[in-house]
Amino acid sequence: MGKRIGMEVGIAAAEAVALCNIDVAAVYPITPQSHIAEHMADIIHDGRIDAEFITVESEHSSISACAGASATGARVYTATSSQGLMLMHEILPIVSAMRLPVVMGNANRAVSGPLNIWNDHGDIMPQRDSGWICLFTENGQEVIDLSIMAFKIAEDPEVMLPTVVNIDGFQLTHMIEPLEFPTQAQVNKFLPDRKPYATLHPDNPMTMGCFNMPDIFTETMKAKDTALWNSKKTIVKVFNEWGRQFGRKYNVVETYKAKDAETLILTMGSMGETASIAVDEMRKAGRKVGLVKLRLWRPFPVEELRAAIKGCKTLIVMDRAISFGGAGGPVATEIKSFLFHDKGRPRIVDFLMGLGGRDVTVGDFIAMVERAKNKKDETYEYYGVRE
Amino acid sequence: MNTVQNFEIFAPKLVDRKEYFSAGHRACQGCGEVLALRLLLKGLGDDVVVANATGCMEIISSAYPQTAWLHPYIHVAFENAAAVGSGVEAGLKALRRKGKIADRDVKTIAIAGDGGTADIGLQALSGAMERGHDMIFFCLDNEAYMNTGIQRSSATPFMAATTTSPAGEAIPGQRTGKKNVPEIMVAHKVPYVATACPSYPIDLINKVKKAKAVKGPAYIHIFSMCPTGWRCASEITIKLGRLVVETGVFPLYEVENGKYRLTMEVPEKLRPVGDYLKPQGRFRHLTPSNIETIQERVNREWEILMNKIECMQPW
Repeated sequence: MGKRIGMEVGIAAAEAVALCNIDVAAVYPITPQSHIAEHMADIIHDGRIDAEFITVESEHSSISACAGASATGARVYTATSSQGLMLMHEILPIVSAMRLPVVMGNANRAVSGPLNIWNDHGDIMPQRDSGWICLFTENGQEVIDLSIMAFKIAEDPEVMLPTVVNIDGFQLTHMIEPLEFPTQAQVNKFLPDRKPYATLHPDNPMTMGCFNMPDIFTETMKAKDTALWNSKKTIVKVFNEWGRQFGRKYNVVETYKAKDAETLILTMGSMGETASIAVDEMRKAGRKVGLVKLRLWRPFPVEELRAAIKGCKTLIVMDRAISFGGAGGPVATEIKSFLFHDKGRPRIVDFLMGLGGRDVTVGDFIAMVERAKNKKDETYEYYGVRE
Repeated sequence: MNTVQNFEIFAPKLVDRKEYFSAGHRACQGCGEVLALRLLLKGLGDDVVVANATGCMEIISSAYPQTAWLHPYIHVAFENAAAVGSGVEAGLKALRRKGKIADRDVKTIAIAGDGGTADIGLQALSGAMERGHDMIFFCLDNEAYMNTGIQRSSATPFMAATTTSPAGEAIPGQRTGKKNVPEIMVAHKVPYVATACPSYPIDLINKVKKAKAVKGPAYIHIFSMCPTGWRCASEITIKLGRLVVETGVFPLYEVENGKYRLTMEVPEKLRPVGDYLKPQGRFRHLTPSNIETIQERVNREWEILMNKIECMQPW
């Protein structure tokens, strides 16, 4: 293992991106992403990397500038959060349809209203259908590793899709953690220069962003969907390559003490660490409880999830976002629809919790496992509401 | 003196014969906007990348799998041509500096209609100009949302009838005057700002060449006659473009580093505004007193411009 240094995770995200030989960053500040933006500015203004830093006037323009820059063949990064991501919403599916491998860090934060700057997944879930590869991180080391891997995944000629790395706001972005950085030489070896499929240049003029008539639009949509599903192969390949080079192995679905578990907790993002402590405590008390963590949200890793939950009786899904007036949290709803026809599938209990920065403690996880035992149906339930 | 100054007007043979926007596109008969586009692309010549907004010029030129664009071209959305252009400019700059593309000047241009400039695109335009990207922004102003069916924009002139500012019994058309985007650009300290009209092709092309020579942001606002949206005969497009200038409704001028200059011949007396309004269906409902009101507004705007030409010094 290399030397570990203490660093705030948001700053580490910018440092990781700085190792990736980016050409353009277009960033608009928003809490809790702002430390990423500020440190990106420091790195570029100090001349530590050779990149253009576009201080855009809005997130709508940051993602638009990223699209333009990526179309020239540049390696492009942006970071945002919450309202910023919502403002980008219009452009996100255009970036994926144009197959522009923009990489974004998203400091997950609740969506207004009412205004709330703290962590949940309410910002990324409305972007679910944008056609982006969507990764979640659990700790600072994963933020570094996945921020670098994201470029390799996005730019792979088999993929060419934008990728968002979710970093829980405050809970992760503002933590100071012991972190290990790869060296520049190691990253150069892992991540060579981008080899764009098509670029905007007079040497080979081409038209990008044609509109589609009804006779071709469906085909374009299917092609994008197919490309996103196919990207999983490359994601796994890149995870494996990272594991071989750096010794930290990543999976699209991670498990912890899940093999013989009768009850599984399912989390995304930074909650996984707390949940693993809760699992340890319940195991000590002789309870067969384990943990499943979704690292990949889009494309949805359905086979890997099936393998991870095989044999469990109860699957407790922790949803940090709400689909108002709908079937439940977006994660549980998704899993339910995938497992609908599976014989012997687990009972799925869906808790909406950890919203707008509400802490989810070890005790909360244990309490939810208790509550799940007594819950008869599969309707969703808010956990920890003061009534 | 005037003859010598405007010698170019008599030298149309000097215009680049090469076409950068191919024939066979789907613009309406008599479209002044596509003519403006064709001319501005001639003025730019080679080594250009285009970022275009959603709108008429996008829809008529790029139905998959066809394209009328001979330059490298990108369309992303409606309100963000300036932001996409910013990214293109930054990308090309970084890649050139890092030796990843050919080491030569390539000009980024962004194009939008009046809606994509004065309304929904104004924020992105302001941001791009304020940041000082090496980019020309062209507003092709046909004075309403023509692509969606002639709805009013903030560039629609006073009292014009559109589908969302109809000539009703109670309210006779557009209630507000035209937003002055060139002035907003001058306020951004954009080094080169100009107005143009395709009825004055040499003037238009010369301004584009000047803008291309600027290392930094430039803005050209091009009056783009729209027979379909203005409810007039398609064969009077060029005539309308001349009338709008001769009546002083849309003066041709340029602002170099804050110094204003009229690029049209200064008339002793402007033509009456009715000459311009009467051939157009969108002004059909105007009463003589309405026309008088418009005349007063045009006179006032003309005086304001003349004052600037007289008083403003270069930065």
